[in-house]
Amino acid sequence: MNVTVRLPAALRDLVGAPAAVPLDLPADATVGDALAALDAALPAIGRRVRDETGALRPHVNVFIGADNIRDLAMLATPLKAGADLEVLPALSGG
Amino acid sequence: MTGHALVIGTRKGMVVARPRDDGGWDADPMLFSPSPVTAVAADPRTGRLLAAVNNPFWGVSIAVSDDLGRTWSEPAREADTAPIAFPERTGAALRDVWQLRFSPTEPGVVYAGAEPAALFRSEDGGMTFRLVEGLWNHPHRPSWKPGAGGLCLHTVLPDPADPATVTIAISAAGVYRSTDGGTTWTPRNHGITAKFLPDPPPEFGQCVHKVDMHPSRPERMFLQHHGGVYRSDDAGGAWTRIDAGLPADFGFPIVVHPHHPDTLYVLPLNADVDRTPAGHRYQVQRSDDAGATWRALDKGLPEGPCYASVLRDAMCADTLDPAGIYFGTRDGWVYASRDDGETWTEVARHLPDVLCVRAVTR
Repeated sequence: MNVTVRLPAALRDLVGAPAAVPLDLPADATVGDALAALDAALPAIGRRVRDETGALRPHVNVFIGADNIRDLAMLATPLKAGADLEVLPALSGG
Repeated sequence: MTGHALVIGTRKGMVVARPRDDGGWDADPMLFSPSPVTAVAADPRTGRLLAAVNNPFWGVSIAVSDDLGRTWSEPAREADTAPIAFPERTGAALRDVWQLRFSPTEPGVVYAGAEPAALFRSEDGGMTFRLVEGLWNHPHRPSWKPGAGGLCLHTVLPDPADPATVTIAISAAGVYRSTDGGTTWTPRNHGITAKFLPDPPPEFGQCVHKVDMHPSRPERMFLQHHGGVYRSDDAGGAWTRIDAGLPADFGFPIVVHPHHPDTLYVLPLNADVDRTPAGHRYQVQRSDDAGATWRALDKGLPEGPCYASVLRDAMCADTLDPAGIYFGTRDGWVYASRDDGETWTEVARHLPDVLCVRAVTR
């Protein structure tokens, strides 16, 4: 199935990445699979979204539509064909 | 000397300050905001600066400057791998880099001290680093406990003559030393006691805040512990207390004078009551006799009361003679002395809390 990962300007400008990255994934793919595929396609982006263990960095959020995967099943969240994943820096800090 | 600068790493970016002819300082605009700049090092051969910049979203990177901090680049920005990263097999993720240190004996070699506690080594001038496996695989490591600042390797002291010998310190595991290029590591904490440790104290588990030494006398080391200032005359084989003349035995930084191996500086804090400056005034304490006696140096420092502390890497010396001594506070004020600590002037104020200061001259 095809899904799209959308990248924030703050991230794509660091490495000259496109705003949207299309991915071709197995039918049972999860968000974790999508981020692994993103890492394989664009490692300089992937290492900034996930740490060395494959975990989502603590101040990065991934939304599927309006849903934050932290409110779903995190990286185990299943994907549907045509899904849009949006990577966003969190509104955090002080 | 063609230029001199003080690089100030803060919780939300970096400021580079430069001395004016009239004795004052000018500070450049903030760089890297809002990323914490947790460690800075200057190559003693070239004056090249490295800085660890921890982007709050995207992780740690290394920035480089070859013009006394006026311009910076991030060589690994588009690289497929981060300049410092744990191998996948470790199951660990880098949280911070708290120390960068150029080797005095091997051009191009740079060490990085990390959180979680680990030592990394670069052989290409700090562009890429590899985990020092011997320390990571140390049998003590599963028992190391974090201090309040995390389980961090915050001090790296490469031997000034032998490239195979390196001393490191971890909070709260203590001092370790390798004499075989990092393959094996021996704890070096004998004699360090604390109220929070059993009696007799264990082989490791000491809350060492900082260690320093002079390159002309590397067997003599000075150590600021969580309660207690110590000296070792055998490169950490045994430690004895030297804090009898200090107003408080707690503190974070300890700095050895660049030209006098028996002269050192600490900044005492009250502990564990409120961890504010002793007497609620900033007073840099200097000993000129390896800790036998101490003298307060506060001419030009604020009258107080002052309640902000000074972190372990937020005090440093330059290489000039007389020496410049510098410190920055957690409420964002930075002070400099250009006369071995005798008199002080303000460098900057109202910065974010200061994590580290490093002077560079070229």
